[in-house]
This record gives sequence, C-alpha cells and structure tokens, in this order.
Amino acid sequence: MRHLLSTKDLSREDAILILDTAGEMAKTQERENRKLPTLRGKTVVNLFFEDSTRTRTSFEVAAKRLSADVINFSAKGSSVAKGESLKDTAQTLQAMGSDGVVIRHSASGAAARLATSGWISSAVVNAGDGTHQHPTQALLDAFTIRRHLKGGEAGEGLDGLTVAIVGDVLHSRVARSNVWLLTTLGAKVVLVCPPTLVPIGAETWPVDIVHSLDAALNGYAIDALMMLRIQLERMTGGGAAFFPSPAEYTRLFGLDGSRLARLPQHTIVMHPGPMNRGLEISAEAADSPRSVVVEQVGNGIAVRMAVLYLLLAGEEVA
Amino acid sequence: MSATTTPLVITGVSLYGDTTADLVIAKGEIVSLSAADAPAKARTLDGKGLVALPGLVDLHTHLREPGKEAAETIETGSRSAAAGGYVAVHAMANTTPVADSAGVVEQVWNRGREVGLVDVFPVGAVTVGLAGEHLAELGAMALSAARVRVFSDDGMCVHDPVVMRRALEYVKTFDGVIAQHAQDPRLTEGSQMNEGIVSAELGLAGWPAVAEEAIVARDCLLAEHVGSRVHILHLSTSRSVEIVRWAKARGVTVTAEATPHHIALTDDNARGYDARFKVNPPLRTQEDVEAVHAGIVDGTIDVIGTDHAPHADEDKDCEWAAAAFGMIGLETALGVVQKTLVETGKVTWRDVARLMSEEPARIGRIEGHGRPLAAGEPANVTLVDPKRAWSVDPAAMASRSHNSPFGGMELPGRVVATILRGTVTYADESMRGSLA
Amino acid sequence: MTGAVMAAPDIARALTRIAHEILERNGGADDLVLLGIPTRGLPLARRLAERIAIVEPSFDADARSGGIDITMYRDDLGRQPTRSIGATTVPSAGIDDAIVVLVDDVLNSGRTIRAALDAIKDVGRPRAVQLAVLVDRGHRELPIRADFVGKNLPTSRSERVSVLLDEIDHEEEVRILRSEEGGAK
Repeated sequence: MRHLLSTKDLSREDAILILDTAGEMAKTQERENRKLPTLRGKTVVNLFFEDSTRTRTSFEVAAKRLSADVINFSAKGSSVAKGESLKDTAQTLQAMGSDGVVIRHSASGAAARLATSGWISSAVVNAGDGTHQHPTQALLDAFTIRRHLKGGEAGEGLDGLTVAIVGDVLHSRVARSNVWLLTTLGAKVVLVCPPTLVPIGAETWPVDIVHSLDAALNGYAIDALMMLRIQLERMTGGGAAFFPSPAEYTRLFGLDGSRLARLPQHTIVMHPGPMNRGLEISAEAADSPRSVVVEQVGNGIAVRMAVLYLLLAGEEVA
Repeated sequence: MSATTTPLVITGVSLYGDTTADLVIAKGEIVSLSAADAPAKARTLDGKGLVALPGLVDLHTHLREPGKEAAETIETGSRSAAAGGYVAVHAMANTTPVADSAGVVEQVWNRGREVGLVDVFPVGAVTVGLAGEHLAELGAMALSAARVRVFSDDGMCVHDPVVMRRALEYVKTFDGVIAQHAQDPRLTEGSQMNEGIVSAELGLAGWPAVAEEAIVARDCLLAEHVGSRVHILHLSTSRSVEIVRWAKARGVTVTAEATPHHIALTDDNARGYDARFKVNPPLRTQEDVEAVHAGIVDGTIDVIGTDHAPHADEDKDCEWAAAAFGMIGLETALGVVQKTLVETGKVTWRDVARLMSEEPARIGRIEGHGRPLAAGEPANVTLVDPKRAWSVDPAAMASRSHNSPFGGMELPGRVVATILRGTVTYADESMRGSLA
Repeated sequence: MTGAVMAAPDIARALTRIAHEILERNGGADDLVLLGIPTRGLPLARRLAERIAIVEPSFDADARSGGIDITMYRDDLGRQPTRSIGATTVPSAGIDDAIVVLVDDVLNSGRTIRAALDAIKDVGRPRAVQLAVLVDRGHRELPIRADFVGKNLPTSRSERVSVLLDEIDHEEEVRILRSEEGGAK
C-alpha cells in the first residue's frame, strides 16, 4: 500500500490487514511503555488546512508512539487564495524531508491530487478531503464494531452485521468512507436520512436507504447505530436549507432515550464526534453504556498507528 | 506571417471529401477548380490524400484579451486558431473590461485585424458587466466597426427571464442573435461537476442537468413567443437535445452548438480529480454524449464550437475546487470531430464543413465565410490530412495555455494548412517547403 | 550436506530433552514463561510448555506460554517490503520477575533475538531471559547465544535451513536447501 486515500480502494484483505495490525498496536498501548521504535528516523507531516485538533492530535500521538518525528503544519485560509497553493506547500514540506504526509483539506480530491500529481514523493494519508473520504475514521469505526460484535478476532470481517448510518450523507466524508469499507467487510449498510441529504447517485450504492429513524428501527435488526453530526448551517441557509428546522430534524432523525430503548440489547451507538448533544443525539443516548464514542477515539490511535506502520515502515515502493 | 499572396494551386485535393479537383487561388479568391487555369508563377502543392474544407469558423472562442493576457492574447489565440484550421473566430465578451460597449469591441476588432491571422469577430455582452441586470448597448455594438451580430454573456447565464425576453426582442433590429449559456445559477451554486453517480462518489458538488434544460426550454419558448433567433451554446445533455428537437419541429428559430469535449469525454474523467477535465457546463454521462451525437446527425445541433477557454497553469494544477473551469480546444477540434464522428461513420466531411464552417458563418451573419469551395468565392480554405495521426502534446501547442483534456490522446488526422483570403496563415512542417 | 537432517521422531526427542534441560537449569517450573517468536516459534513454545506440564503437573501450559512478535523491533524494516505484524500474547499477569524462555525454530545471525530482547523490554522486566532453539546454524552477526539447542547444524551461507512443523506446514521435518541468497535471520 503506497497511500491511503479512499476506502473504496481497499480490498477485503487490505482492510482486514489494517484492522489486525491495529489490534496488535492496541495491545501495545495497554503496556506501561507505549512507545515502539518502528518508525524511528521517519518524519510525518500533519498538513491540516482545516481546523481539527482531535484528528490532528490523534495522528500526532500515533506517529510519536511509533517514534516518528512529527511536523504540524496548519494552513489556515481558503485554498483558493493564490498566496500559498497546495502544490507549493507540499513541495516545501517535502524539501524539509517528509516521509509521510497526513492531509486534511476542504476540497474533495485534495489528497488524491497530492498523491498522484507528481508534486511530492511521500506517502499520503487522507485525513479528510472535503465531502469525499475520511478513511481512518471508517477504519476505526470498523475496528470498534469488530471489537464489540465479533470479539475483535484477527482475520474477521463484519459479515452478517447490520450498520445504520444516520444523518447528512450528502456532505459526509465519514458516511462515504463507511459505506465502502463496511460493505467490503461484509456488513449490510442502511443509510437513514432526509431525501434532501442523500446524494443523487447513491441509489447505485450497495446500501438500503430509508427516510426516518423510526423506519430504520422498525425495518432492521441494527447491530451498530452510527449517528453523524449535523451542521446547523445546512438548516438555515434561507430557501436553500436542506431541512426546515433543527427541531424537525431531531423529531425524525434524532436518537433519544425512547428510540434507544427500541434497539436490540447488544447494539452499540457510535458517533465520529464532535457531538451536537440534543440535536442528532440526546445526552441520555450519548452517555448510555451502549455508547462507544469515547472508545472510538482510543481506537483511532491504534488504527492510525497501523496505517502509518503499513505505509512507512517497509522499503519505499517505486 | 509571410507575404504569401502569390498564386497557389493545390492539385488533386478532395473537396469536402467528395470530389477531387484542383484549387487555383489568386488575389484572395478561388479562381478555378482546374489547374489548367493556373496563372504563371503559381506555387503548386500536391493535394493528393488531402481534404479541402471551407475555412473553419468558430462561434465560440475565448481570447482573453483584454485583461487575462497571461492565459492568452489575441495574437497567441489567433495563432492557435490558424493551427486548428480556423479562419474566423467569435471572441466571447467575458474579458476585463467586459465587451459590453462599442469601445471594447472595436478594440478587439482592431487588434484582430492587426494580427491578421484570423478574422476576429467580437461577441458583445448581452448585459452590462455580464451582471444579468441591464441590457448593454447592443445597438451601438452592432453599428460599430466590429459590426457585432452575436451577443452573449457566456460564462454567465442571462437568467432573468424578463432581461432575456428584452434582449431577444431587441436584437431583431439588426438581425442579431442572443447566444445563451444555459445554467440556472440557483441550482448550480458551488457546483463542480455533473450531478450523478460519479459526483456522489467523489464528493464534488453536483451541477444538475436540469439547470441547463430548464433554461434551454424557457429560451426556446421565449424565442418563439417574441419571434426572434436564439442560439444555445455548448449543449451537453440528452434532454437539452430533445427540447431543441421539439422546438425546431414547432418552427422555433433556435440553433444549437456542441463542443468537441462534450462529444468525446464523460464525467468518468473526473475520477482522479484532474482539473483539466473541469469545465462549464460539465462533462456529462455516456448517455448524454450519445444523445449529442444523435442530435448532430439529425441536425438538431447545428454547429460545433470549441469554447476554447485558456487558463494559466496554476489555475489547473491544484485541487479541483480551486481550479478554473475551461479547456482549450482550437487546435484539437477537427481531430476530435474526425475521431468521434467521421471515423465512426456518423457524419461525412461534407457534414463537417456544414457544422464547422457554413452554419457558424450563417448564424453569425458573417460575410465571406462558410462559402462554397467554388470559383469566384473567397479563398478561405482548410486543408486536412485525414491520415496524419498525431499525439496531442499541450506543451507544443500554439496557444499560450496548456489546459487541454486531450493531452496524450491519439488523433487520426490534422490540419496541414489554413488559408485566409488566399494567404497561408498556417502550414504544417510537411507543407512548409511548398508554401514558403 | 543437503536434504532432510531431522525427521519427526528426531524433533520430538530434541524437544523433550530441551524441556527437561529447562527444568533442570531453572530448578523447576516456577515463574517460567515460554514465549515463541512467530511464526514457527509459536507451536514450538506450545509443545515445550506441554512437555513441561507432563513433568510438573502444576505448570499451566496454556497460561504460561504465548508469543512475542518482533516485527516492530527489527533492524531491517526499511530494506524490505512491509511485513504484517504477528500476534503477541503474554500471560495476563505479565512477565515482570518471570524467567522468560524465548523459543524460535532457527538461530542464525542473532538479529531476530536482539529484536525480541527489545520487544520483551517494552512488555516488562523479567528476572532472566533464556533462549531455546530447535536448530542453531551458526553465522552469528551479534554476540547472542542459545541456552538450549535441539541440533547444531553447521551450514554454509549459501544454504537455507527449512523447518516444517505439523501445526503450520502439515509435515514435520528439518531440511537444508541450497539457495542463491543466503538466508539471514
């Protein structure tokens, strides 16, 4: 694997390799000495054009636990501004000696451009590009689901499980990454969202689509319920708003105590964070024992360690 | 430009790909179709294997001057046009300043004549500053030295129906035509590529087909209602073709254009996020491409226009959302048309003459262009070698910009010479010996 | 010499002897932990643990044997294609103050064992670390030696030692093969 840009590129074998590796990495994180010497001498650059302390910190910790050096580059401002083009920034960092670049950018395809344009020769990890993909999020989601519902066994996929993803799929890179990864691993995916927030073209995806959370709860034995964050801007853009009001969204799609109670006993509740408590998820649901939100964060480090290891430890692929 | 006004005889050339004849050219005219009538001291060119077409006319070019000379100038654009076989181009009005006044169109007109490689016909803006609110002084532009007959806000849509109605009515005064860039702005806010299966996967904001079709339908009906001509630029969807077909059947005076990239490429090309494929209107689906082909074959679509849109490298060598919309196309148009339409048997070279010379000249109401290849006619000729295969290399093109989506593509034939009123404005290396 | 050098009975006898040697050297099975190095060190550690449990019934072979993956500590990571990481399983009580017996199939350059010592250091602090190998083929590149050896096999660098075990290869044999590249381990 040369880059990690999209979960659509991962075969089942690739995905399971990453999850199994993450499993071993997770074990090392339970020891007293959590550091490994594996990437000593390698440099990882966090190239974050969008604010994200959580994801950036997660990658930073992952890199440091593998003894890599980390450079944090936070480039504020629109990518359209001529002043600092993506190309120039990337080439400057490569000149400083980066082995791997972790990039988060507001433009879909930015990671792919970085990887294939010939501007740099480092390995590229997509930490979120526009509304396109956020592969390490989907991987840590899959890892979390596997741990809870498949015993975390190495070599296992997610066969036979049903995962419901609720929220703004149209604008969600987390949703897109999960759709491809979860189905590759054998899970059934149900998208739950208002018709205004489903992309035209999603009807060709290997998923079911329903338009209310109640319909999903009635129609499926859900094993993992993934709530996506709703951006309030989508609700309030004048006539072009995707949804009439936050209250209406919560009524039809919000996870509250009563909907929580209708889920099977073993069902886990997930959220990529940060949560809008009271909007897409009630405080009761967020804090219930079924919620694995905090664990997702910890699993993120193990998964990102696995990705960095697999991309950077071996000899450079031509 | 060398002073090649000495008489020229092209022997044994295939006119329109149909009949073999000789072209005897002297004093800017086709004097005869028989070499026997050649004047003394004429240069001779062996035209065996070549196809002669009436000089190509582009109804849709962006020359960028004034204002964006870093991407293209009237001079470099003229050179690019001549290399593509064009003897006349219509320079769109979205320059800086906008060509919405007699002053600016005359400036473009004069510069074109100064360069002298191609007849540059400036297109006048429909609205002041392309803002879509107030009609520009269409009459002043029509009466200026540039004699503007084609008006367009291309780049922007004349979206206000009342403004479009007024414009359509107004140009009847001087037999002008409004050329519409059909794009409902509200449905396409922030759009990046065709809305469909590919955009859903790539996470790029969609440009729905209906945003084009709704405007096309509206403008056909408006043109019918006020009894005026309307020309639809860069038709790209199957339903747009159906709408124009329906309108024509009712007798609406609508004409339509398709670009080479819309007949050859699809939205699948956006995978990989290479912004060379970012264009407005966007590349559509294979189904749309087939419908456009069918529209060209049955006459629903009247012309091929390049929509040559040069952009500096940094405006394309970046992430998709930051990239400019547009592709250059003057030098590849004929090759792409040959590959996708002629070699597939969908059109003949005679059709190509109609699509790329006769009809554009007729719609633009320009004299002396799109004329038959016959004695007594102006010597505006494009010579094509349909067997000269070549690989597209954007770095080697005459255009100042390199944003061609066809880089690396093999095209089956190319223009070997372009003649404007008897003067050779472009000659391929293989011809230079004969035509020096 | 090429071809088979140990058949199934030879392997079994060697392992039985090693198990007794481990007990003799350490005065019993108290605090013993057997950690195999993946891949083939794992079943060998398991077998040794079972043999020890036969002699010392209070020894819990399941709980006191496991594996330690050394991939992340190798000194040659950047010179090879990326390797997958094997499983590390240590007793839940940890290895602090234990006598850890590392188990591997072939001892060659010693680099694997050096990596294993680094890996062990990050897991805990054993009282002692000892090394048991089925085959010692010489060609040490580091000052590492085995405490318990099944068979000493002098080989030339151009030869390769191949250990086949039932659990993984569905046959039992140790053989020497000629190889163009000497196998460094």
